[in-house]
Amino acid sequence: DFLHICKQCFILWLREKQFSLFFCEVQPNETLTNLKAESDTLKTKLEDERAKLHDVELHQVAEKVDGLGQFIMKTRRTLKGHGNKVLCMDWCKDKRRIVSSSQDGKVIVWDAFTTNKEHAVTMPCTWVMACAYAPSGCAVACGGLDNKCSVYPLSLDKNENLAAKKKSVAMHTNYLSACSFTNSDMQILTSSGDGTCALWDVESGQLLQSFHGHTADVLCLDLAPSETGNTFVSGGCDKKANVWDMRSGQCIQSFETHESDINSVRYYPSGDAFASGSDDATCRLYDLRADREVAIYSKESIIFGASSVDFSLSGRLLFGGYNDYTINVWDVLKGTRVSILFGHENRVSTLRLSPDGTAFCTGSWDHTLRIWA
Amino acid sequence: MERVIVAMQDPDMGVKMRNQRLLITVIPHAMTGNDVIEWLIQKYNITEEEARHLGGLLVQYGYIYPLRDPRSLLLRSDDSPYRFQTPYFWTSSRWPASELDYAIYLAKKNIRKQGELVDYEKENYSILHKRINHTWDFVVMQAREQLRASKQRRKADRIVLECQEQAYWLINKPCVNMPLYYHYTTTIQLRYYYYTTIIHRRALGRNRVKSSICLESFMKYSEQYLHHDPIMSGCLPSNPWISDDTAHWTINTDMVGTPTRLRVERWSFSFMELLNDSMGRREFMIYLEKEFSAENLCFWVACEDLRHGESSKIILKVEEVYKNFLAPGAARWVNIDSKTMERTLEGIKRPHRFIMDDAQMHIYFLMKKDSYPRYLKSELYKNMLAKAIVPQETKKSVFPFMRRQRHSSPSPAMVTQATEDDGKAKGAGPTGTSSTTNSQI
Repeated sequence: DFLHICKQCFILWLREKQFSLFFCEVQPNETLTNLKAESDTLKTKLEDERAKLHDVELHQVAEKVDGLGQFIMKTRRTLKGHGNKVLCMDWCKDKRRIVSSSQDGKVIVWDAFTTNKEHAVTMPCTWVMACAYAPSGCAVACGGLDNKCSVYPLSLDKNENLAAKKKSVAMHTNYLSACSFTNSDMQILTSSGDGTCALWDVESGQLLQSFHGHTADVLCLDLAPSETGNTFVSGGCDKKANVWDMRSGQCIQSFETHESDINSVRYYPSGDAFASGSDDATCRLYDLRADREVAIYSKESIIFGASSVDFSLSGRLLFGGYNDYTINVWDVLKGTRVSILFGHENRVSTLRLSPDGTAFCTGSWDHTLRIWA
Repeated sequence: MERVIVAMQDPDMGVKMRNQRLLITVIPHAMTGNDVIEWLIQKYNITEEEARHLGGLLVQYGYIYPLRDPRSLLLRSDDSPYRFQTPYFWTSSRWPASELDYAIYLAKKNIRKQGELVDYEKENYSILHKRINHTWDFVVMQAREQLRASKQRRKADRIVLECQEQAYWLINKPCVNMPLYYHYTTTIQLRYYYYTTIIHRRALGRNRVKSSICLESFMKYSEQYLHHDPIMSGCLPSNPWISDDTAHWTINTDMVGTPTRLRVERWSFSFMELLNDSMGRREFMIYLEKEFSAENLCFWVACEDLRHGESSKIILKVEEVYKNFLAPGAARWVNIDSKTMERTLEGIKRPHRFIMDDAQMHIYFLMKKDSYPRYLKSELYKNMLAKAIVPQETKKSVFPFMRRQRHSSPSPAMVTQATEDDGKAKGAGPTGTSSTTNSQI
C-alpha cells in the first residue's frame, strides 16, 4: 500500500534528522531501474548460495528419531474475567502468575494456579495488543492503540490506584503491536505498526536504539536466548522476519518465504533457530546458521492463519494457536501434526509456554484464557 | 487478479463484447455489467453472489471501469456499459502515481471545461499549484498539448481515453497532503532498493553452515532435554496444573536446601544453563573461590548489571568496574589480553552501556573453556549430583473427584518489598486464600 510507504518515509525523514540511520546516501546517478535490477540479481544469487549448502531436509534427518505417541492435553484452568477479546498475555518468572490484556482496555494480573485476579488496570485506550511481565515480577508493561508502551508498578496495596503510578516509556507513531522486557526491568523492546522496533530505557523513557528495515507494520518480536544475549527477531506485514543486533541497530539476517503477514515469531530454545506463524496458514522454522527456512508446518485442512506460536521446553513440540479457534501441536523434527486441541469458542490470539515448561496458556477472542497441560 | 482479466479478454472464450451505446455515441469493445457477472459464474463455477463480489473488486481496483456514471465504482448487474482498462493504466504496473502527472490531468480538466473539477479535485489542484509552482508553466503547457492532440481523435476514441484516464485517477490519485511528496516518490523506491541491495550483499558475505550439521543439532538438543520437558515426559512429583499440588515448584525454588537431580544434571548441558540457575551460579562461585579465580565471575556479573541496568547509573557502574577489576593493582584484577584491555581502557574515557562487552566476552569464554569443564569434573559437582533428590511420583488420588485446595503464593512484588522494609521479616507466608474466594478488584 503506497500510502503507507509514503507515511513511513516521512517518519524516516524526520527520524533521520534526529538520528543518523544506516540508510546510506543514495548515489545521484544510480537510476531506479539499475538498482532494482541489481537487487533482484543479488536476491537470485543469494538463493543459489543458500541452496548449495542445503544437503538434507529436516524430516529426513528426523527419520531415526522415535515418533511421538498419543498426545493428551486438556484445559486445566479457565480464566474468566475479561469483558472483551483477549489480545495478549505473558507469564511471570514465578511460573504461575500471568498478565493479560484485552480489547476493552483492561489489563489483568492473575494467579493462574488459583485463578484469582490480583491486579487490574484500565488503560485509557482500547485494543491493548501488547503486554509483558517484568522479570522481577514487580511491574507490567502494556500498550496498543495509544501508540505508547506504559509500565505499571504492581502495588501491594489493593486500594491503591495502579493507573496513578503509570509510567509512559515508549512512543511510536502508530499502534504498539508487541513489547518485551530484556534481561532486566530497566529496558523494554517494542514493535509497532509504524514499521519500526525500538529499545527504550524505562527509567528515563529515552530511546536507546531504533530498528528500521521492515516496509510494513511489525507485528511481533522475540528476544534470543543466546549466550551473548544481543539479538532479537521481528516479523511483520511485509512477510519478512528480520534478525537484529540490539547494540548497533542493524538487521543482520532477513528471511522472506511466508506468503502473508507474520503474526508471531519465537526462538527455538537453543537460540539457533526460530519459528514463525503467519496468515498464510503455515508455521515455518528458520535456521540461523544455515541462513534458510528448514521446515514448513502445514496441512491442507488448515486454512486459517496462525496467530501465535511457542515451543515446548525441549523444542520437540511447536504449539500454534490459530484463527479457526484451535491449537495445533506439531512435531518440530518430523514435520507432522501430533494433535489438535479444541476448547476456545473464538480465535486464539496469543499462546505462551510457562517459564518451566509445565503448561502453556492461550488467550482468545472468546474473552477467556486457558491453561493447558 | 490480472490472470482473471486476461482470461476475460480472450477473443474466443472471454466476455461477450459489443458496441455499447453511451447516450448518442457508440463505444466499441464494451460489455454490460450483466455479461461480466455471467461470464464469471460460468468460468469459475461460482454463485451469483460470489461473482458479483469478485466483479465488484475488479472495478474497485481499476481493471474494469464504468462508462456511464464513472465516479461510482460499482459493478451493476444490468446493461450498464463497462470497458477493460488498458494495461498501461493497471495499478500494478505503475508505482506510484506521480504528482506531476496528476497535476497535468487536473489542469486538462480545468481547461477543458470550467467547473468540471469536483471539490476534492479543486483542493488538490490548489495545493499542487502552490507546491510545484516552479513547474506550473510546464504543467499548463503539457495539459494544452494533450488536449490539442485529443481533439484530433475520433469522438469515440476520445471518450474512451477520457474515461480510462478518469478511472485511473479516481483510484490512484496521490495523497497530495504530504509535504515533500514529489521528492519522495523516487526517493522511497531508491531507498528501498538500495537497502535491500545492502541486505542481500551482507547476506552473501555470510558464512553458512551445511544443513546436515545444523539439523543434526536439533536432534541432539531435543534428545538431551527430553526428560526435562514436562509436557513430553511429565514432571516429578506431579505436574502442578494437573494434580493441583505445588510440590514440584516448592522443591525447585532458588533457596531450596537440596536441589533435584534433573536440575543439577542440567548444569552440565551448557555453561549458560549453569549461569542461568541462581543456585548453579552460587555453586560455581564457591568452586571458583577454591581455585582463586572468583574475580572472573564477579566481573561477568558486574558487566551484566551494567548492560541491563538503569541508564543513569552507567557512569557510576563503569567507574566501579574499573576500580575493582581493571585498574592496575585492583583488588580483583581480571586477566584480559592486552589488546582487549587497551581497547576497553580507551573506551572508558567515554563510558556507555556496551563499553565492557569485549572484556566481558573474553572472560565469559575463558570461564566456559577452562573453569566450567573442570567444575563439572570436580568433587564439588559430583557430590551435588550424588545428594540431589529424585522425588517420588505422586500416586493418583483414589478419589479423583476430590479436588485439592489450591493455595495462593506470595506475589513476587510482595516478596521484594518485604525484603526491602525490614518490617515484614518473613516475607509473608501464604496468604491462605482458598480457591473459592475471588479477590474483589
